[in-house]
Amino acid sequence: MTLHRPESLEDALALLGQGGARLLAGGTDLYPALRDGPPPPALIDLTGVPDLQGIRRDASGWRIGGAVTWRQILRAELPPLFAGLKAAAREVGSVQIQSTGTVAGNLCNASPAADGVPALLALEAEVALAGPEGPRRLPLAEFLLGPRRTALCEGEIVTALHVPDRAGTGGFGKLGARRYLVISIAMVGVVVDWQQGRIAAARVAVGACSPVAVRLGALEAALVGQRATDLRAVVAAAPLPELAPIDDVRASADYRRDAVRPLIHDTLHKTLEVSHVA
Amino acid sequence: MSLDAPLGHIGFTLNGAEVTVPAAATARLSEVLRDQAGAGDVKVGCNAGDCGACTVLLDGAPVCACITAAGQAQGRVIETQAGLVARDADARRLAQAFQRHQAAQCGICTPGMMVSAVALLRERAPLDEGAVADALGGVLCRCTGYRKIIAAVLDASDAPLLTEGGVGASIARLDGWPKVAGTERFGDDVAPGDALVVKAIRAPHHRAAFTFGDLEAYRRQTGLDLILTAADIPGRNAFGVIPGFEDQPVLAETETRFRLEAVAAVVGRAEIVANLPPFPVSYTELPAALIPSEAGAVADLHPGREGNVMCRGHVSRGDAAAAFAASAHVVEGHFSTGFIEHGYIEPEAASARRIGDRVEVSCCTQAPYMNRDGLAGILGLAPEAVRILPTAVGGGFGSKLDLTAQPFVALAAWRLGRPVRMAYSRVESIATSTKRHPSETYMQIGCDATGRITAARFEGTFNTGAYASWGPTVANRVPIHASGPYLTPSYQADSAAIHTHTAPSGAFRGFGVPQSAVAQEQLYDLLAERVGMDRLAFRRLNCLRNGDPTVTGQVFDTGMGIDACLDALAPHWDRALAEAEAFNATSTRVKRGVGIASGWYGCGNTSMSNPSTIRAGITAAGEICLHQGAVDIGQGSNTVILQIFAEALGVPVSAITRIGADTDLTPDAGKTSASRQTFVTGNAARLCGAALRAQILRLGNVSDAAVIHVTPGALELSEGGATRRIALEPGAGPYALEASETYDPPTTPLDARGQGAPYAVFGTAAQMAELEVDLDLGTVRLRHITAAHDVGRAINPLSAEGQIEGGVAQGLGLALMEEFLPGRTENLHDYLIPTMGDVPPVRSILIESGDAHGPYGAKGLGEHCLIPTAPAILNAIAHATGVRIHHLPATPDRVRAALLTAGKTPA
Repeated sequence: MTLHRPESLEDALALLGQGGARLLAGGTDLYPALRDGPPPPALIDLTGVPDLQGIRRDASGWRIGGAVTWRQILRAELPPLFAGLKAAAREVGSVQIQSTGTVAGNLCNASPAADGVPALLALEAEVALAGPEGPRRLPLAEFLLGPRRTALCEGEIVTALHVPDRAGTGGFGKLGARRYLVISIAMVGVVVDWQQGRIAAARVAVGACSPVAVRLGALEAALVGQRATDLRAVVAAAPLPELAPIDDVRASADYRRDAVRPLIHDTLHKTLEVSHVA
Repeated sequence: MSLDAPLGHIGFTLNGAEVTVPAAATARLSEVLRDQAGAGDVKVGCNAGDCGACTVLLDGAPVCACITAAGQAQGRVIETQAGLVARDADARRLAQAFQRHQAAQCGICTPGMMVSAVALLRERAPLDEGAVADALGGVLCRCTGYRKIIAAVLDASDAPLLTEGGVGASIARLDGWPKVAGTERFGDDVAPGDALVVKAIRAPHHRAAFTFGDLEAYRRQTGLDLILTAADIPGRNAFGVIPGFEDQPVLAETETRFRLEAVAAVVGRAEIVANLPPFPVSYTELPAALIPSEAGAVADLHPGREGNVMCRGHVSRGDAAAAFAASAHVVEGHFSTGFIEHGYIEPEAASARRIGDRVEVSCCTQAPYMNRDGLAGILGLAPEAVRILPTAVGGGFGSKLDLTAQPFVALAAWRLGRPVRMAYSRVESIATSTKRHPSETYMQIGCDATGRITAARFEGTFNTGAYASWGPTVANRVPIHASGPYLTPSYQADSAAIHTHTAPSGAFRGFGVPQSAVAQEQLYDLLAERVGMDRLAFRRLNCLRNGDPTVTGQVFDTGMGIDACLDALAPHWDRALAEAEAFNATSTRVKRGVGIASGWYGCGNTSMSNPSTIRAGITAAGEICLHQGAVDIGQGSNTVILQIFAEALGVPVSAITRIGADTDLTPDAGKTSASRQTFVTGNAARLCGAALRAQILRLGNVSDAAVIHVTPGALELSEGGATRRIALEPGAGPYALEASETYDPPTTPLDARGQGAPYAVFGTAAQMAELEVDLDLGTVRLRHITAAHDVGRAINPLSAEGQIEGGVAQGLGLALMEEFLPGRTENLHDYLIPTMGDVPPVRSILIESGDAHGPYGAKGLGEHCLIPTAPAILNAIAHATGVRIHHLPATPDRVRAALLTAGKTPA
């Protein structure tokens, strides 16, 4: 029944290295997963570690600390590149979940339906880890290995996400069976760089339609040079071999395969509207 | 490490006070706030962040306390509903607005709603409906349909309440302030602090045989106080709600019949029960039937119910086969609906203590006297040896009629002589409480060339689960109602309730009628299309009028108000159709549709006695006391019964002291179900008020025109400018004057063909749905519901609106998103109920056609609100898209699949 509350990353790593304790950030995945069981005997609370705080700009882009909450993302001053991440932040659970749930925790929980992942994939985020072997960085796509599986090694902590500074506007689209508090049937994160009414570059990632959310490489390539009016046809024609949806209580696999296209189209289109506003 | 509080303690600022409490830092903050810090206004609905009932402000930000580590609150500022209302001007105004709008019905979600709303109000940003929904969307409510909550947040002000008024006045809820102030006490809020905890041991299979290991060794090893198995039940290990159908064991004896059925219960100190090693039981999974079509292939669940057919229902009139043969148009269809979970935000909870040779059980219940009698049978006691003390009920909708936690706590308290408590987890609640019956229906309806209905045939198979519960009621009620409120000269309806190895299906708002309406009202649209008539006009042509026989041959000379309901919708219908047509002319991907459906529902038990008794007295000191035993589960009986009584007695409601439900103090007002409380108990209250008034008038020898004032120690009777004073003398009992009256609705038994007068009163309704369908995604978005309800007489119109809005929300869930799948959707993130963003504006139109029997002409309303909603939505989807959904829920994947099959997708 111990809750360690380290005040430095070194202390947190040292505690983790002693074994027997699990990491805790917002608790929004950890506690529900207990069902009706007791909490783990020991937890290490990361929310008081200064190194894990804050969203800031550095030489190569943006650093989102490992304890940054969705609420902090929503309230941060960020460029249009992050419009998709902000939109995703608004859709994570509820305002209650967003208050304490962290971006890094969403990644570590590694749900195929994690709302944060497609937006961060489209941002080409990297995951910074600290551990007994020292710090390392992984592209998000290499960090997520499968449902509930990540590349996090024993003794490691996610210290930050790094988002490279890029041109473009982010977008996010979520499909669920009700308005709030809903696990996604499918969701799409995009970043689109519109130049003179054409797409100069696009990154498109889809969640809940494969064991881990994936970028759609062929579609991204096919989108380059297209106008808004071409989007529907391009998306409709793309083969999307990366997707391998399943049937579950939320929707059928066939439906996911089918509905993801209008969702992609709509999300791409939304970035155009944002770009014009910006 | 920050160790500002002593070891094993946590310190924080709670509602302005510095507190330090002993607590495990890894415990859920909700538990610490409730159990250690005395903040009982923090409600636990799911322990998973799915319902938001436990929302508190942590350094000003709304969080779910149930998924926050208590230690993370160390040194921080926590605010809860009760503290906010006591200390914060925004919260005080909000509480006042919640009262003014009747935004709290049962009140269990109110803490989460109000705390979230305070955070929003403090932002001082411009408010509109969207902003309110974004801020409060993480809190689920099952009673209100959210509309009154949105209205209250947008109107948070000190504007005064209407607090006084008799029949017809929208006075604020008389029991409302504790709910908006955070002081209400629900099922899990009343046990003494030293109560032991009961936990059920439940089988993980749909059906299993089981054997126990050494239970006594396990008990000693763990330090438990008691382990209960079937062998420990002193009376009969069987309960039920219908005489002759008591077939559900408290604890399974040799075999479990549905997933998570209890085989044993452990009783001990909370920390022991929370950390138990695996219980010594081994299971052998057995072949199970989960749907009626599989039920014939497994052994009978109950002896004497051959082929697992529990019971059948039948109503016939005329010669349906001949009438179909002579019909100009005949349509037919198969339809199905799934298990629907009640989804009240308060899980079942009870506590008990033994007092001598009696046991007292506090619980959230809809049926105190039925609970009392059921527990007496289980305990082998006389009914008078059991006292039921109903707490506030955090939603019921039918499922809290049946026993759940009560037998466990009663048995344990009886055996141990110590207070015990039990609260169901959300998973236990969903997996083991009763459900709405899944239905598989076939229906055929015919009409003549002019569009007049000639005949209808209905066959319904209802999955009644492992035990009877209210299954016989559903089987009997559906054939009476499956015609809808329409003149149907020839009719044949058959129903069967089939046992399977699933949670028992029981009572849920409408008792099977919402399921049959899904079939009947969709076929009415098809018939209207065949005839080439407007869908509303077709219903108007065929609806029952005063003097018409129903399908059971019952004739109402007054009060059949469905024609008025349909007429009230007509202008809205014309507008909505024109708007949809204009929109669809230019929109290809999103299509708008308008749907209509009617509904009717007989108030009270079907052809069975169901009396209510109300007692009232005036003390020698001049206090008027009303013994009001009709449990208020949020629908408002604590207010409307008093309004009726006050009207009949001729005094203001503020002059009346309500003595709430308690089987030692209040006579039996029956169960809160079947839309019977306003009608049946209301009548008893009217008769009781009138009887007391007559006594008083006789004492003063004044006419009925006299005005009664009750003053300390005396009555003052004013008539014609003169006032007479009558001293109140102490009587033999607690009262100087006393009256008790009983009302039992007049009904007659049904004959072999189901002909007779099953109900004294039918209420009717017609609703209209306007919605949009995204043809590419199959998603449905409701735009408006317009609901016309013949309530006979609205005792409290604002309460009636609240009932309608809440019923509409449940109907919306039935239509679009809800389905309980045993073992799969046992929590509130896989089992979806509508959120604040899903329920559209609801325009309620109250029709007051009066009633021959109801108090001041009032009819019941509770179930009626839900019945037309789902078919109206399905008819609107068909209008928008040309595609008809037969198998619910109409989730995006099903709608899209139907669109693809029909080739109804945009180019």
